[in-house]
Amino acid sequence: MASLKEVKSKINGVKKTKQITRAMNMVASSKLRGAQAAMTAFHPYAEKFAEVLGNIAGRSADETSPLLVAREEVKNVHIVLLTSDRGLCGGFNTKLIETAEEFAQEKVKGGINVSFTNFGKKGRDWCRKQKFTIVEEYLGIVGGKFGFNVASTAAQKLINGFLSEQYDEVHIVYSRFLSMANQPPFVKQLLPIPVIEAAEKAEENKEEKGYMPEHICEPSPEELLNAMLPRNVAIQLYNALLETSTSEHASRMRAMDNATKACDDMIESLTLAYNKARQQAITMELMDIVGGAEALRG
Amino acid sequence: MAENIKIEIVTPEKYVVSESAQIVMAPGALGEFGVLAGHTPFLTSLETGKVRYRDAGGNEKLVFVSGGFAEALPDRVTILAESAEPEEDIDYERAKAAYDRAKKRLEERRENLDNARAQAALQRALTRMKIAEDGGSLH
Repeated sequence: MASLKEVKSKINGVKKTKQITRAMNMVASSKLRGAQAAMTAFHPYAEKFAEVLGNIAGRSADETSPLLVAREEVKNVHIVLLTSDRGLCGGFNTKLIETAEEFAQEKVKGGINVSFTNFGKKGRDWCRKQKFTIVEEYLGIVGGKFGFNVASTAAQKLINGFLSEQYDEVHIVYSRFLSMANQPPFVKQLLPIPVIEAAEKAEENKEEKGYMPEHICEPSPEELLNAMLPRNVAIQLYNALLETSTSEHASRMRAMDNATKACDDMIESLTLAYNKARQQAITMELMDIVGGAEALRG
Repeated sequence: MAENIKIEIVTPEKYVVSESAQIVMAPGALGEFGVLAGHTPFLTSLETGKVRYRDAGGNEKLVFVSGGFAEALPDRVTILAESAEPEEDIDYERAKAAYDRAKKRLEERRENLDNARAQAALQRALTRMKIAEDGGSLH
């Protein structure tokens, strides 16, 4: 049985930890609200853009943009890995990194070169440890406040890399935000832009409205499409950044909630141990006194 | 009075404008164009510049836009822009600073300079400044 003092100081320690985890929980929940608001604010733009893009993609002639053409031989694959900068958010980063690792290993086995763009320190550190080539790293973005310009600059770099045949495919690994309790890691192809998607959206559009407005396009539909496709990449990236940020805060909130609960449990069991130890000490003292009195009476 | 048309200006970060207008003028890729209610479906990319519209009360309003598209339908105009700010939200000092920065970068002629990007930045800053200064009598 541990001494009274030891147990007491342990209880105090756990109480302090609990204060910290609870504070972190509250910080995460307020940041989560901000991130969710940014996601909501982005929806109208993304939806409208997808609608217009689907519309044009359905109509523009066979003349395809280089961003849509899949390369026959894929030698270099580029992975954009989104993780958080900071830890203490449960299995959030582990899940993302595992997904990226699996994906990268598969490519490496096929004799394909893999390089990375990292958003977030955790993923970058992992890439360094694994000795992967890191082309670009962005810290302080995920989980913080960022504008669309971050995504559009980064997307432009990816597109340049793709067009100069530095990469033959670009994929993104990020965390989707499905609900507060469910944020699965996800791999998505950014470049070449999957064609089916555009066609599907056009289909949906048709059904919703019953007709497709024939727009007059200025300049030609092909030129418009060519202008819109790079922006589409930026939009995908921005969306992934928003979802990952939101997921990070949700994950941290949950992790800190669990930690606070664990602290409560620990405090309870420690208090029990403390009371027991105290009781025992009192009993011992009593025994001593009784023993002493007995001896005196002799 | 003619029917009003709904104007929506949306950026990835927020809804900038959503109201009804009598007429909307926007800087299309092939020249400025105006839209009234009942316009034929029309789609165009936009230059960096200003969108002008007259709201239901007849007040002229100016909005800075850059990097965008406009879709006109008979009952509404939707402008998707990478950035957009109503006249009163333009930060003149910031635009001025951006202008100086871009100008300096262009003058330095460094080797790895992304010329197109610096030019675009210059253009954006200049347009913002003009709009803030004198209601954007740019054209």
